[in-house]
Amino acid sequence: MASSGLELLWVSAPQLARGAWQTLSISASSIAFATLGGIAYGVLRQLGKRWLDVPLRIYLELFRAIPVLVWLYLLFFGLPIFTGLSLPSFWCAVLVLSLWGASEVGEVVRGGLQSLPRGQREAGLAIGLSAPQLYGQVLLPQALKRITPPTINVYTRIIKTSSLAVLIGVVEVIKVGQQIIERTYESLLIYGFLFLFFFLLCYPLSAASRVLERRWSHA
Amino acid sequence: MTALIELSSFSKRFGDTPVLNAVDLRVERGEVVVILGPSGCGKSTLLRCLNGLETGHAGKLHFAGRELNGKTDWRDVRQRIGMVFQSYHLFPHKTVLENLLLGPLRVQKRSFGEALAQAEALLERVGLLDKRDAYPRQLSGGQQQRIAILRALCMNPEVMLFDEVTAALDPEMVKEVLEVILDLAEGGMTMLIVTHEMAFARAVADRILFMDGGVIAEQNDPETFFSNPQTARAQQFLEKFSYVENMPKRKSP
Repeated sequence: MASSGLELLWVSAPQLARGAWQTLSISASSIAFATLGGIAYGVLRQLGKRWLDVPLRIYLELFRAIPVLVWLYLLFFGLPIFTGLSLPSFWCAVLVLSLWGASEVGEVVRGGLQSLPRGQREAGLAIGLSAPQLYGQVLLPQALKRITPPTINVYTRIIKTSSLAVLIGVVEVIKVGQQIIERTYESLLIYGFLFLFFFLLCYPLSAASRVLERRWSHA
Repeated sequence: MTALIELSSFSKRFGDTPVLNAVDLRVERGEVVVILGPSGCGKSTLLRCLNGLETGHAGKLHFAGRELNGKTDWRDVRQRIGMVFQSYHLFPHKTVLENLLLGPLRVQKRSFGEALAQAEALLERVGLLDKRDAYPRQLSGGQQQRIAILRALCMNPEVMLFDEVTAALDPEMVKEVLEVILDLAEGGMTMLIVTHEMAFARAVADRILFMDGGVIAEQNDPETFFSNPQTARAQQFLEKFSYVENMPKRKSP
């Protein structure tokens, strides 16, 4: 049994690897976009301009209130109906996860910036820093310490939520696993593999966040 | 010759509360002006308006012959007007040297070697060269405030604004900070100083401004102001300070 189990994993390796690659690329791209978008969101909210705050609040509440799965369906099945445009399922997943992730990261960034003493901003302005210099040199680096742990938490949630992409037809690692199970009934083995896969993806992130937190608390 | 800083009928309010009420003020190059007054009289707001951290509602503000208003590029002006705050506000994630060099390198785009030489010379002058690689939290309050003064000086400003810079310090650290300011005054720096240190005000000022209720209630040379204040409000204000200084010993039972 054990040998046949290993054998099954061995012969399924290329297929699993393709699925794993899909999961990885969806997660990595979504994390990258969510980070950039989240920083932009946080900084824009921090400016305190009403004409910016209103649309950003609406965006935030839409992604808070509506499940990611509904967004996926809306974009994948709804967009072609309403606009005639259609996005490949992979990019639908990346877009929805990025927008959702950006709203989550964005609130973290906003909170981090808000928690800085007001004097930091004034001290930066008083030596003539421009707004980009003020954020890049003074405010964001200080906020980084406070926002890294909750941001990494969002990253792991993005990785785990990427499995929903299976429902709009992306053949990611869980879908591949199900296909193998349907063929071989080796559910314990395959789910064991999936457990390990997601654990190995997410655990190092949490560990890194702890290490960074410790290191920065001294510097 | 035109004044370096000139305010005319300058007013500022927070919401419906007037903070500065038609203030007229001229500060000449090289002059040391100390601003006294009870809290809430508008003295800090006055300083903050001079470098654009607050903007006025009415009246005019001129700096070096140029009018400053809502359309001004304040980044340019702020390089010429240094400001030091009550709670130092050093950048905690940067070393002393990084704090000093941020403005010269990023804002003024000066060469690293030249900016470094200036920063080190200034550190030497205030006796903190050995702290160049320390982080702010490793320094005492007095040391941090001296670094904050140097951070402003590294921009080679024409004016320095001091906003109650010793108010957050332990008494034993006040001296080391005031000495740096006195030293600057002797070097001919134009300064506007908001303080509650009366003896220091008397020693450093060319002119005392006494503010009350958003207006300059009285201005005079320090000797006249402290020995013979002209307004009742200033007399009351000074009495409160001398009351603490001359407090009688409690009678023993």
